[in-house]
Amino acid sequence: MGTVSLQLGQCGNQIGHELFSVISDDSNGPNRKKYKQCSDERFFYESSTGELVARSVLVDMEPKVISQAIAKASKSGRWRYGDKAHFSQKQGSGNNWANGFCVHGPRHEEAVEDMVRMEIERCDRLAGIFTMMSVAGGTGSGVGTYITQRLRDSYPQSYILNQITWPYGAGEVIVQNYNSVLTLSHLYQLSDAILVHENDTVHKICSHLMNIKHMSISDINKVIAHQLGSVLQPAYTADSPCHYNRNPIGELLSSLVCHPEYKLLSLSNIPQMSSASLAYSAFNWPGLLKHLRQMLIASARMEEGIDWTVNVTSGGESVTNSRHKSFNSSLANLLILRGKDVSTAVTDGFKDPALYVPWLKTENCFSTWNSPVAFNGYEKSATLVSNSQYLLKPLDNIVRKAWNMFASRAYVHQYTKFGISEEDFLDSFTALEQIISSYTHLS
Amino acid sequence: MTQSIVVQVGQCGNQVGCRFWDLALREHAHVNQTGVYDEALSSFFRNVDQRRAGGADATGGRITALKARAVLVDMEEGVLGEILQGPLRSLFNSTQLISDVSGSGNNWAVGHHTYGLTYREQIVDQVRKAAEHCDCLQCFFLIHSMGGGTGSGLGTFVLKLLEEEFPEVCRIVTSVYPTAEDDVITSPYNSVLAMKELTEHADCVLPVDNQSLVDIVGKIQHMSNTGKPSCTIKKDCTIISGHGGVVKVEKPFDAMNNIVANLLLNITSSARFEGSLNMDLNEIAMNLVPFPRLHYLVPSLTPLYTLADVNVPPRRLDQMFSDAFSKDHQLIRADPKHNLYLACALMLRGNVQMSDLRRNIERLKPTLPFVPWNQEGWKTSLCSVPPVCHSHSLLALANNTCVKSTFFDLRERFVKLYRRKAHLHHYLAVDGMELAGFNEALSSISDLIEDYTHLEHPLMPNAPRLAIAT
Ligand SMILES: Nc1nc2c(ncn2[C@@H]2O[C@H](COP(=O)(O)OP(=O)(O)OP(=O)(O)O)[C@@H](O)[C@H]2O)c(=O)[nH]1
Ligand SMILES: Nc1nc2c(ncn2[C@@H]2O[C@H](COP(=O)(O)OP(=O)(O)OP(=O)(O)O)[C@@H](O)[C@H]2O)c(=O)[nH]1
Ligand SMILES: [Mg+2]
Ligand SMILES: [Mg+2]
Repeated sequence: MGTVSLQLGQCGNQIGHELFSVISDDSNGPNRKKYKQCSDERFFYESSTGELVARSVLVDMEPKVISQAIAKASKSGRWRYGDKAHFSQKQGSGNNWANGFCVHGPRHEEAVEDMVRMEIERCDRLAGIFTMMSVAGGTGSGVGTYITQRLRDSYPQSYILNQITWPYGAGEVIVQNYNSVLTLSHLYQLSDAILVHENDTVHKICSHLMNIKHMSISDINKVIAHQLGSVLQPAYTADSPCHYNRNPIGELLSSLVCHPEYKLLSLSNIPQMSSASLAYSAFNWPGLLKHLRQMLIASARMEEGIDWTVNVTSGGESVTNSRHKSFNSSLANLLILRGKDVSTAVTDGFKDPALYVPWLKTENCFSTWNSPVAFNGYEKSATLVSNSQYLLKPLDNIVRKAWNMFASRAYVHQYTKFGISEEDFLDSFTALEQIISSYTHLS
Repeated sequence: MTQSIVVQVGQCGNQVGCRFWDLALREHAHVNQTGVYDEALSSFFRNVDQRRAGGADATGGRITALKARAVLVDMEEGVLGEILQGPLRSLFNSTQLISDVSGSGNNWAVGHHTYGLTYREQIVDQVRKAAEHCDCLQCFFLIHSMGGGTGSGLGTFVLKLLEEEFPEVCRIVTSVYPTAEDDVITSPYNSVLAMKELTEHADCVLPVDNQSLVDIVGKIQHMSNTGKPSCTIKKDCTIISGHGGVVKVEKPFDAMNNIVANLLLNITSSARFEGSLNMDLNEIAMNLVPFPRLHYLVPSLTPLYTLADVNVPPRRLDQMFSDAFSKDHQLIRADPKHNLYLACALMLRGNVQMSDLRRNIERLKPTLPFVPWNQEGWKTSLCSVPPVCHSHSLLALANNTCVKSTFFDLRERFVKLYRRKAHLHHYLAVDGMELAGFNEALSSISDLIEDYTHLEHPLMPNAPRLAIAT
């Protein structure tokens, strides 16, 4: 079974390249023949000359980023991108979602869809489609949304998981909140789930946990790729304890998305540190899982600075009893454990019914995958994919800022120029307010 | 990769333009030492093979003869004649140069109406030809002065032509504003008349004023002469020196014009070279222009006064960020820090990392007032290729209400002349120019000033959120 990836825009292409690098490096570690075989089949195919070729389609409206990604992949000597699996034009979408969605998307849909179809036909069975993009620019967000829509129409039965990167709160693209609102509101109707990385969070991980002083975008992408790889690499599931799972995307979705109203997924992992300190650290499963659980309930972005005073309270108590800080309520969690002695890890802390909404059966809310193979240089590692209130606050911030800007009608003319009207904006705002409200009133 | 065309009009436009071409060649020669015509070069230069005619030039071959993607217009012969005799002559075909004999005599109306009508076809023809040599034309860069007759009058006429003929292509205008003591008596008329056209027809205007350029050049020269060991300025590395270019003899305006040329090099760097956070030219207006008419972007350049070392300790790098917001680094006389920001771009080149950028934004943000609806109004880019002889540089573009004061002064000076009807008859004698034109220009600049004033007194600081039924 193969997973077909789409790398869209600068961010999508840079993260995509990093992801395939991590996967390839990890699979080439010692003592993992079956694991490698399973991973290779999932993410690569073999060319007629025996090279590994990524099952990925690269799309950007400008050429510079894609040619870099292709060149770097070839230089790795381990894998490369397909010769006919990239599409670029001369100039980007200018950070304008409307330009990407209304102009570039429709103009190039056929070319891109053909490439995706080629990749899909190359898989003996399609496990799912995985897209990577930022929401702040114009190409990843606008073209990405348009292409997702087309793929949804053409492959109604297939799983589509969108990985998206949220911009720094303090801005890199001034219209980022508009682009985010337009992207999220549309994707929410198309995608099976949206897996979110926040640049602010990853940035903090790099500076606080990885101790990187002069951080480049590539450092940030390595962390994102590490987190994604820890989910997508082969693992055993409850249903298939002796064979590696065939379809990580499908299984992830069925564990985490039980209701179409709730499909925002966050990701946290432990441990995460510089390779220098990794050599001197020892971890045990109870310690790792205790921290990860507290990160979940306290909505902590990383292991450092977790608020240990947040407690899980059951049902009505939290509302009436103001002594308790409110905790992050979940719909579903998926815990992925990799490395030494995984079989000894006790995950009961995540099975507490109080963690979850009362209207779902707890046994359906929590799943674990594991693999004895140490992932990407970490002797033990745990990753939690969560459908919870974790993203509520950043989402609310995006909508608030976008709405503030919209109230003065600033920048709106740049969108109407390409056919996105004030009405369209209002529809998107309404859709997102609805999502915010749903996640707010979980318990 | 996209291409851009430079349209330089009038004496000032052409003199600044030529400094741009010289320094652009120097920069590309420095980056590309293989002699191969690459994508980066193709953005502003054609590679002409004498044996092959017409069509876009393929990249990847050897450089044979570089031609500037440019149209040069001046209504007197002097400056263009010098270019044709000078060291840059091989960059231009004589058909790319359009000139007359007598100039516009510092009269906007002559440039705009008389010469506009006469040269319309010829100019459009040349621009079309240049456009045909591009496979993806993204941007026009118009360079002109506001104070004279040709650059200001014919320059803004050309701006309208570009809009009519190429509505999809972005128009970025570099406008040199006159000093209050300008020796052109009619410069306030010319500038205000030109302003109306800029406000209506440009996508972005980069205002530069000669007083600021004079101040900056004076300060740099002073520092290099006093020669304190702590701030030695190597001739070939400073922003005002053309050393290393093709042109050897420096002319009066050259040092000033080199600064403007550097502005243009930096604003286009991310479109020409690679980087981890690219900023295409079409992203400038998208991010920095919240309302169509308010598209005046105040530029500041750093480093200006110090020579950057190869390995800069963090504090020095941070100083570069602070300098970009100080008064003496602005290319117009204005004080953005004590006025209101609508939006701000930081375009970095060279050895600067994401973490440097974030750290400095966090540090500076509290000291800079932004409009309530754009508190995080930053646009950033990282281009990996630094300017020649620098390890890094920063160009900040601020959409800030501080430009208002420049417009205000200009209007004062306009009104002073206009009240006395001074020199009016020279304008009204020109076919096509009517008194109404003066009044419209005056109310256009007044409206613009008012628009900026309104922003300083927002009506709705925080809009109540959209309510939905739950
Ligand atoms: N984490 C991460 N974020 C990135 C990267 N590249 C860009 N971004 C973020 O993505 C946003 C900008 O979107 P881009 O992906 O550059 O835009 P694009 O999709 O290429 O669209 P246009 O350039 O507008 O055509 C900003 O929020 C950046 O912080 C990257 O490699 N990694
Ligand atoms: N920075 C700079 N300013 C210049 C230069 N040449 C002229 N100026 C300024 O431009 C204004 C005069 O405009 P010019 O460009 O000389 O006039 P023109 O466009 O050729 O128009 P006419 O001579 O009237 O046909 C004055 O404010 C001068 O100070 C130059 O090379 N650099
Ligand atoms: Mg891009
Ligand atoms: Mg002249």
